[in-house]
Amino acid sequence: MDKFIRMDGLVVPLDRSNVDTDAIIPKQFLKSIKRTGFGPNLFDEWRYLDHGEPGMDNSIRPLNSDFVLNQPRYRGANILLARENFGCGSSREHAPWALSGYGFRTIIAPSFADIFCNNCFRNGLLPITLDASSIDDLFVAVMATPGYRLKIELEQQVVVTPSGMTYHFEVDAFRKNCLLNGLDDIGLTLKYVSEIKEYEERRKLKEPWLFV
Amino acid sequence: MGKKTLYDKLWDSHVVHVGADGTTLIYIDRHLVHEVTSPQAFEGLRLAGREPWRAASMLAVADHNVPTTDRAQGIADPVSRLQVETLSSNCDEFRIVEFGMTDLRQGIVHVIGPEQGATLPGMTVVCGDSHTSTHGAFAALAFGIGTSEVEHVMATQCLLMKKARSMQIIVEGYLGRGVTAKDLVLAIIGKIGTAGGTGCAIEFSGSAILGLSMEGRMTICNMAIEAGARAGMIAVDATTITYLENRPFAPQGELWNRAVTYWRTLCSDEGAKFDSVIRFDATTIKPQVTWGTSPEMVVAVDDRVPDPSKEVDPVKRKSMNLALEYMGLEANTPITKIQIDKVFIGSCTNARIEDLRAAAEVVRGKFVAPNIKMAMAVPGSGLVKRQAEYEGLDKVFIEAGFEWREPGCSMCLAMNADRLEPSERCASTSNRNFEGRQGLGGRTHLVSPEMAAAAAISGHFVDVRNF
Repeated sequence: MDKFIRMDGLVVPLDRSNVDTDAIIPKQFLKSIKRTGFGPNLFDEWRYLDHGEPGMDNSIRPLNSDFVLNQPRYRGANILLARENFGCGSSREHAPWALSGYGFRTIIAPSFADIFCNNCFRNGLLPITLDASSIDDLFVAVMATPGYRLKIELEQQVVVTPSGMTYHFEVDAFRKNCLLNGLDDIGLTLKYVSEIKEYEERRKLKEPWLFV
Repeated sequence: MGKKTLYDKLWDSHVVHVGADGTTLIYIDRHLVHEVTSPQAFEGLRLAGREPWRAASMLAVADHNVPTTDRAQGIADPVSRLQVETLSSNCDEFRIVEFGMTDLRQGIVHVIGPEQGATLPGMTVVCGDSHTSTHGAFAALAFGIGTSEVEHVMATQCLLMKKARSMQIIVEGYLGRGVTAKDLVLAIIGKIGTAGGTGCAIEFSGSAILGLSMEGRMTICNMAIEAGARAGMIAVDATTITYLENRPFAPQGELWNRAVTYWRTLCSDEGAKFDSVIRFDATTIKPQVTWGTSPEMVVAVDDRVPDPSKEVDPVKRKSMNLALEYMGLEANTPITKIQIDKVFIGSCTNARIEDLRAAAEVVRGKFVAPNIKMAMAVPGSGLVKRQAEYEGLDKVFIEAGFEWREPGCSMCLAMNADRLEPSERCASTSNRNFEGRQGLGGRTHLVSPEMAAAAAISGHFVDVRNF
């Protein structure tokens, strides 16, 4: 996994709550057996005017100019500002794969669905939770200011606005360390091989039917 | 020793290691696998030169992409076909038990796990699918995971987790005639919201829950994820044990007796403390119909489509307006005036034998309304299908104008050929009414099997209690 230490990026506002993983990456793109290539189909049903299918040349598809990602002022955005319960629904990791494939590295919202939040951390994507009134302030600022950028400092756990104002955010210490150092969970867990084996021996005595 | 909740007991019995910051290595007993969220995990194992830690803990089945029409024809879509074939070749390579597309035991992963006794009380159960919460009905700690975590469990038999908060939802009283587990769980989500259970493991209890069959309990736990919960669960009782006896993967003989003795301890201790407790009165719950694009957008069948202008929260008002526009509905329309185009009876929420029996009773001797373009009944597994056919339910559906299909996820998420066309409106027994879920531009109303069946016959929603 790539390290995430700090970033400075253009912000795009997605002003709707309960954005689900079906909206983030529609089901027809889940048929892929690869981890990459989902970025062009991020928010496919909102982003394009036609019906997208795997294998289409997305560069020639008609764009929905009303959709915020298609507005020229937000081109190249890599911070997504969102509303409550972002990423609800299916457990598909294709959702963070699509978001990071598009170029996003941070999502800021008042709340995230649990599985989506977990999946983000495992893909170098930082989900930042801020309180609803801070989110409201950021929506006002980003909509009023073309080229609005934010700085993210993971070590200090702050979001810094162009005027130098900071919003502190909480992040799980273990997840933070994994992001800062680009650590792979499986490698970390395999340090405990002997403990896992000892655990299994205890369980075999107590619940032998699980190991038949 | 302190008093423990069911969740405490399940958590504590699976702790392998606790890190300094509380991040815990939790052992996984059962890993269910399907074709959509596993190929990248198998690929990761191969690239790292790893083997599954315990292949015997895994059970694989293709369900999302499989056709529900004649299986002998294979899968027409080459991309879907490749994904299903990839699952089979991965299972062959790593010696994992797989129920293939023509196996009688094939079906929706959350239907076959319990049906086979592969889901047992006291287990941790994971699957790369959010509706894994279903298995919590058996007093298991069951939750959906992403593909990186699928690979992690394959490689280590463990997951790194933080303990969730505990929530208890107590439902007392009896559900009225025509009111089902589906209506109960929709009413709960309507009340607490789709983020109401975020960060929580929910235990459902109370006389209304204990009065449900295992099928009904699975419907409740299945939709715990739609309330945002990490897991849903229900304590073991005689209903649980009776259901599991003699299932193929369940213990037999002396081991069965030992297991049952242990399983009977899997309930919350009297006086155990939950982080939050919510109470519902089952007797007040009516058949539910969703009107919007989130499961929390739900009202009783005798109600009307809500009016966004009466909502004070601007973010909520905006999402209500977006939902009404997408759904093609006017505020204040009576629910029973909403005409539908298609009916889908199926999914991991409502495709078990009891669901099919209930829907068949409603349509028996009647015929679908002329405005219904298609009504389909999709059993949850090959064994459910066989049982339904043994009882003659297939004929009841077919004579009423329904299509009787092969098992799979089907139009719950429309990854196969079963889908809505733009602006088509569907009465669906599935679990998500998200935009485009059942097909681009499709409009989904979530209901119980009985309500879907009654809507098929009437051509619009009706109160099944008066049907």
